[in-house]
Amino acid sequence: MSYIKPNFRHPRLPENALGHTVADYDGAISTLCAGCGHDSISAAIRNACFLSSIPPHRIAKVSGIGCSSKMPTYFLGKSHGFNSVHGRMPSVATGASLANRSLTYIGVSGDGDTASIGMGQFVHLVRRNVNMTYVVANNGCYGLTKGQDSATADHGSISKYGEVNSFDGIDLASLALLQGASFVARSFSGDKEQLEPLIRAAMGHNGFAFIDVVSPCVTFNNHAGSTKSYEATRDHLDVMPLDFVPMREEIRTQYSEGTSKSVTLHDGSVIYLHKAETGFATNDRTGSLTAIQKAKDDGRILTGLLYLDPDTQDLNHNLKIASRPLNELGKDELCPGSKVLNSINEGLR
Amino acid sequence: MRPTDTSDPEYFHRVVDCQYACPAHTPVPEYIRLIAQQRYSEAYLINWESNVFPGVLGRTCDRPCEPACRRGRVEEEPVAICRLKRVAADYKDDIADRLPKAGKSNGKKIALIGGGPASLTVARDLAPLGYEMHLFDAQAKGGGFMRSEIPSFRLPESVLDEEVGYVLDLGIKATFNTFVDSLQSILDKDYDAVFVGSGAPRGRDLPNLPGRNEADKNIHIGLDWLANVAFEHVKKIGKRVIVLGGGNTAMDCCRTSRRLGGEEVKVIVRSPFADMKASDWEKEDAIHEGIPILDNHVPKEFVVEKGKLIGMRFEKVEAIYHEDKRRELVPTGDEPVFVPCDDVLIAIGQENAFPWIEPSTGVNFTSSGVPVLDPLTMQSTRSNVFFGGDAAFGPENIITAVAHGHQAAVSIDLFCRGADLKVRPAPDVTLVSQKMGIHEWSYDSEPVDGKREAVPLVELEKALKNRALEVELGFDLETAFKQAERCLNCDAQTVFVPSNCIECDACADICPTTCISFIENAPEPELRKNLLVPATNEEQPIYVSEKLKTGKVLVKDEDVCLHCGLCAERCPTAAWDMQKFFYNTAKAAPILGDAR
Ligand SMILES: Cc1ncc(C[n+]2csc(CCOP(=O)(O)OP(=O)(O)O)c2C)c(N)n1
Ligand code: SF4
Ligand SMILES: [Mg+2]
Repeated sequence: MSYIKPNFRHPRLPENALGHTVADYDGAISTLCAGCGHDSISAAIRNACFLSSIPPHRIAKVSGIGCSSKMPTYFLGKSHGFNSVHGRMPSVATGASLANRSLTYIGVSGDGDTASIGMGQFVHLVRRNVNMTYVVANNGCYGLTKGQDSATADHGSISKYGEVNSFDGIDLASLALLQGASFVARSFSGDKEQLEPLIRAAMGHNGFAFIDVVSPCVTFNNHAGSTKSYEATRDHLDVMPLDFVPMREEIRTQYSEGTSKSVTLHDGSVIYLHKAETGFATNDRTGSLTAIQKAKDDGRILTGLLYLDPDTQDLNHNLKIASRPLNELGKDELCPGSKVLNSINEGLR
Repeated sequence: MRPTDTSDPEYFHRVVDCQYACPAHTPVPEYIRLIAQQRYSEAYLINWESNVFPGVLGRTCDRPCEPACRRGRVEEEPVAICRLKRVAADYKDDIADRLPKAGKSNGKKIALIGGGPASLTVARDLAPLGYEMHLFDAQAKGGGFMRSEIPSFRLPESVLDEEVGYVLDLGIKATFNTFVDSLQSILDKDYDAVFVGSGAPRGRDLPNLPGRNEADKNIHIGLDWLANVAFEHVKKIGKRVIVLGGGNTAMDCCRTSRRLGGEEVKVIVRSPFADMKASDWEKEDAIHEGIPILDNHVPKEFVVEKGKLIGMRFEKVEAIYHEDKRRELVPTGDEPVFVPCDDVLIAIGQENAFPWIEPSTGVNFTSSGVPVLDPLTMQSTRSNVFFGGDAAFGPENIITAVAHGHQAAVSIDLFCRGADLKVRPAPDVTLVSQKMGIHEWSYDSEPVDGKREAVPLVELEKALKNRALEVELGFDLETAFKQAERCLNCDAQTVFVPSNCIECDACADICPTTCISFIENAPEPELRKNLLVPATNEEQPIYVSEKLKTGKVLVKDEDVCLHCGLCAERCPTAAWDMQKFFYNTAKAAPILGDAR
């Protein structure tokens, strides 16, 4: 019987710039159902943090409630974490980001957690451009409570109990775009080749980065008739592949003219977008909305980087929050004394 | 790369590293699990069926299994396989009534020359089939070099007597204190087949040279010394070394000396350089390694000072070739030459091991004096004479002798039944799912962290007083359990059914040792490089599935798989399963059914 992950690792695991192996980014063994898409996303986040050489103790994981929101336990066991209330992760993330702007924030949520109970908080998080990566593990159902249709379930999708969904699903990527998100992407849990560079780019982005990840629920939403099963998703994927090259690494691969386009992030990292021949532009919000809608009309699921504004300003900047984290400010800075008060008062006379 | 054919038992056989490395292919993980279950008798019988001398081997085996053990690749040290074998022998109940009995006579008679491990194995395998076994040995008791060469502080006589006894009790007609000095005389007695298990040829010595006895500590017989180096009983030699002799063994000796601390190593030979028996390239290699060859020097004396060897004296000679091609080494009359040294290796040829085998018997030997044999069947150039153990290919070890014995017994049985010796019987193989529940397997799947422990020893003072007192105490049962639990159960095979796979990545994500990759297929070298962690250990196979639905293949590097079963636990469609692979090399004797 084993609910225990053995302590042995491959003796020749590669190391990142910090001298860590990917095992240093592992968490506890997953208690999700075997084959749940969420586990693949956990592994992709782990790999992305390893590849981008982010020190585990400089990362904070935040989540709400749901199978998806349990995920942070299963990766980055040496990072900070806050498993909050259903749909309330955005307020915790906002507060944390304002108090300590120096950490990398990874929010993990579900379609229920984000599009149903948490919708109100979510749109404000987007609107405020909180500097974080927000991943929705989107399985079209409430996995944790036994598979009820969620607000992202597609029109016409058949539930495990045989009901045909008669409502239109909310498209979270389009919603984020409409609400002014500066980084919007979509991917599939079964496509790490795309998901890993997307997460790395999102973490490198200075502002709110949203990734909607189709993540099949093997237990309640992986049957014939479901539009979010492994098979249905694979059959309808329209993938826009990409590569992520961090600032400190030299670019090794040469991409031929015309097939690739590059976008440089604030920190100097470069995202290479392949399939440029489609004419898709990541800096065109309206074009992106149209492309998503068109793909949907054609029965395709468009995945890749959908929109990016690398020069956006995040919440901390807009609110003119202290440039250092609050926990680094001493008594003298927080309580500058009567002399400073007097000079302020003088200035108001 | 082509999809792996796991229906060929040799694929999974290779994955069980210890069993694969064991010359007799003892099912190691199976008996280690039985020890953990406190079923010592069953653990003993599994061993006994494969290697005949578990108690002896549990103390003295060269343990080729341990360097092969997977645990040594994922942690530091291998499982204490050998000493666990001893646990089975030490704590078993009386198993005598579970051993086979002599079979009803089939009217065939077999002679066994020599009473060592090879001959006893042949006897053990053939007696239950009704063969009448006649064993001849020059010693007073059976056991061969297990008795004559292993000191009793390592192997108590009682242990040897017990296990030799289990074989002799199968109605073997043993004639001890009898040196067979003519194969013809045995053949004349109308045996249906003869098995020669008379041990290794001996390297020649210079017993009558002055100083030989006084300097014994620093004089070594080349062949024995090389064997000791191979078994790591000898790890160093003095700074100044003289190697006597001019054949390939002398070349092996001098070059090995250079690697064990010999700085001034000289080869000194009686004959002229051009007449030396060593191949030209061997001589060149030695000279290249800074080893001078002094020819035309005949050894005269080991020079000893204060009881210690300080050098050797030689007489210089000259070769005169007579018309009848006879060569004579004539002293030149020069002063004797003194060569200082710390150690001498004598490599001046071998005693003839088989002076008792007449050329007229049709048993042929190579120019270096070893019998011409078919390595698969152990049959000699005379169809009814078979060889095994050290008599076959030179000095090896007990477990190799046992493996030879099993093969020779199979051949003898086929021969006596008039069947084709080349058509070897297939191994007895089973592959059975170990699933008991979603997170439950019938074996302890969780790899424990515990370290290897050394076997406790008798107090030194006590040990040195009594030559027969066994030095190693063996594991107590608590330690044995802990050590047994270190086994990774490599025989619990990861069996993959590609048609069930939905490519959810769960197995690749959970695998603690990153063995599994979903990847585009490619030729093997490229595929090995492209895995999540490249498969650089070429000795270990990689498993490649058939093409999956997305066009990728699943590749599993067997190298550091923990057999923890997590891939199968995390698989939503049971595309993975853990199945116990039991592999028992075919033997002439019927399968010992109730051992398992
Ligand atoms: C305030 C509150 N309301 C309702 C619930 C019950 N509940 C738990 S998880 C969940 C839905 C989770 O769905 P989703 O976010 O899609 O996660 P999944 O399990 O599908 O990954 C609900 C409604 C709750 N825990 N708290
Ligand atoms: S119920 Fe669905 S979402 Fe939840 S762990 Fe199981 S498969 Fe994953
Ligand atoms: Mg959900």
